[in-house]
Amino acid sequence: MSDVLAELRGVSRTYQKGKEKVEVLHELDLDIPDGDFLAIMGPSGSGKTTLLNLLGGLDKPTSGSVKVGDAVLSSLSNSQLSNWRSTHVGFIFQFYNLLPVLSAQKNVELPLLLTNFSAKERAKRASIALEIVGLAERANHRPRELSGGQEQRVAIARAIVSDPSLLLCDEPTGDLDRETADEILNLLQTLNREHGKTIVMVTHDAQAAGYAKRTLMCDKGKLEAREETA
Amino acid sequence: MRTIKQIFAVTWLNLANLPQRLASSIVAVIGVAAVVLVFAAVLSMAKGFERTMLSAGSDDTAIIMRSGSTSELNSGLSNEQTLIVANAPGVLKEGDATVMSAELYVIVDVKKRSTNTDANVPFRGIQAGGFDVRKNVTLAEGRRFEPGKNEIVVGRSAQQEFVGLDLGSKIRFGQTEWEIVGTFEAGGSVSESELWTDVRVLQGAYRRGNSFQSVRVKLESEDSLAILAQNLKDDPRIDPDVLSEREYYSTQAEGLSKFIRMVGYPLTILMAIGAIFGALNSMYSSVSVRGKEIATLRALGFGPFSVLVSTIVESTLLALLGGIVGGAIAFLVFNGFQVSTLNGPSFSQVVFDFAVTPDLLIQGLQAALLIGVVGGFFPAIRAARLPVAQALREL
Repeated sequence: MSDVLAELRGVSRTYQKGKEKVEVLHELDLDIPDGDFLAIMGPSGSGKTTLLNLLGGLDKPTSGSVKVGDAVLSSLSNSQLSNWRSTHVGFIFQFYNLLPVLSAQKNVELPLLLTNFSAKERAKRASIALEIVGLAERANHRPRELSGGQEQRVAIARAIVSDPSLLLCDEPTGDLDRETADEILNLLQTLNREHGKTIVMVTHDAQAAGYAKRTLMCDKGKLEAREETA
Repeated sequence: MRTIKQIFAVTWLNLANLPQRLASSIVAVIGVAAVVLVFAAVLSMAKGFERTMLSAGSDDTAIIMRSGSTSELNSGLSNEQTLIVANAPGVLKEGDATVMSAELYVIVDVKKRSTNTDANVPFRGIQAGGFDVRKNVTLAEGRRFEPGKNEIVVGRSAQQEFVGLDLGSKIRFGQTEWEIVGTFEAGGSVSESELWTDVRVLQGAYRRGNSFQSVRVKLESEDSLAILAQNLKDDPRIDPDVLSEREYYSTQAEGLSKFIRMVGYPLTILMAIGAIFGALNSMYSSVSVRGKEIATLRALGFGPFSVLVSTIVESTLLALLGGIVGGAIAFLVFNGFQVSTLNGPSFSQVVFDFAVTPDLLIQGLQAALLIGVVGGFFPAIRAARLPVAQALREL
């Protein structure tokens, strides 16, 4: 592992729930090196997804700073964060979040609409991404015509198509059977090892966490190391 | 360029999703269609009425009545005064004869075909020049009345709208029986709502002696109106109002047109408010149904502006569709639909067609677009401000 890609310093995130303030993350410090595959585990409500959202610029800390690459996310406006997300980060969700009216190919092309690539170039890049995830032959199928595992592969292709350095996975195998989950986790491992993607994965599944290079436990707004897994 | 591409993409996705929320979208479309339909239908009455009145009027024809008269009905001119008008400067002469017609205007009861109830129909006595001073008057069937005989030529609209005016039939007004000998057309103008006969016969039948109510003269040119008016004003033997025929009919049309507009616009505004709520409901439902999609797009990097604009565009397109449907129905159902109504100043029936004109349709579509933009605006704000992290978590 080399340089630090993401750096959280003194990050707290508090939500207002009615009259009550709930502190989900408390003065968190975290370094994520470039090329890391980090699994974050912990009970529900422990702040795992909040941490992921902060790293992806979908949320802002109440205090502290979040830096990814050269960008200090905590100081960017919403529009700047949108621009940043389009090129620097790929999201992989538990329920895939594919758009049902689009084919696999068009779903993968979506992030490229935010670039200046021509239609031909977009199609070419989407095809390559689908090839990487092993779904080139299903490019023209719509999500409802694909299995859960195939949908998640399309979602992974969408996440990598604009070649972001950071992939954020929120329970990526939570909706899949064991065998399919292992396929997806192997794919993520390949993306990490062979394509150099830095991956942060939130999971409840200890077996899934086993595919990561290291695992952190998130509880009561704090992080602590679990064990080196790879 | 990127922003436009984003807007296109998100708008296309919105529209591709329409089948999933067909019911609320159809409600919004129907709401806007109803607004445009009512707007076009009501105002097409005013348009049709105005067109009927104004198409009879010409700038190079003057109508002379007694000063202070609000219409021919309450005007009165002596035979001598009509001769003064005939010899005044500015009146067109063909050879030695002036192109003019001194006329008498009475009202007769004729039954309406639609309701079989009596209606006031204008019965006009004209001189030989009566056909020449009116533009676009052509004899469509039969022949002109013969001077001195109880013969009538009827306007096409009057013949269609009222009972007993068919060619060759006889009709009794008071003690006198009249024969219909011809049908004339005048481009759908107000003249077509009238019955015409020889003015001398009408004077005798209604015991009007040698009096008239108006004189129509063809002017040498449009500019001659002022010369004619000034000369007649300066003549102590006559105290006239001199108007161009267009100006006269415009004044006659004003009251009813204003009334229709007074009803039409508030009605349209009230319905438009209802339609805005329909559009709001549809678009809030759209934003709600598409919450997952919007949050995903935002996570991928699509900006709030593209989400905002695309929501407004969707709402506007739905409203535009409603506007086109409403306008098309209004045109197909109402355009050319013939009715008659009592025109206040002349106290007689005017037969006219509803006119769903291009400018009415354009105004209707503008109203539809406005409804779409307003109806989409607040849901669009909600969509653009959707807290992405929270929305993703709720899925």
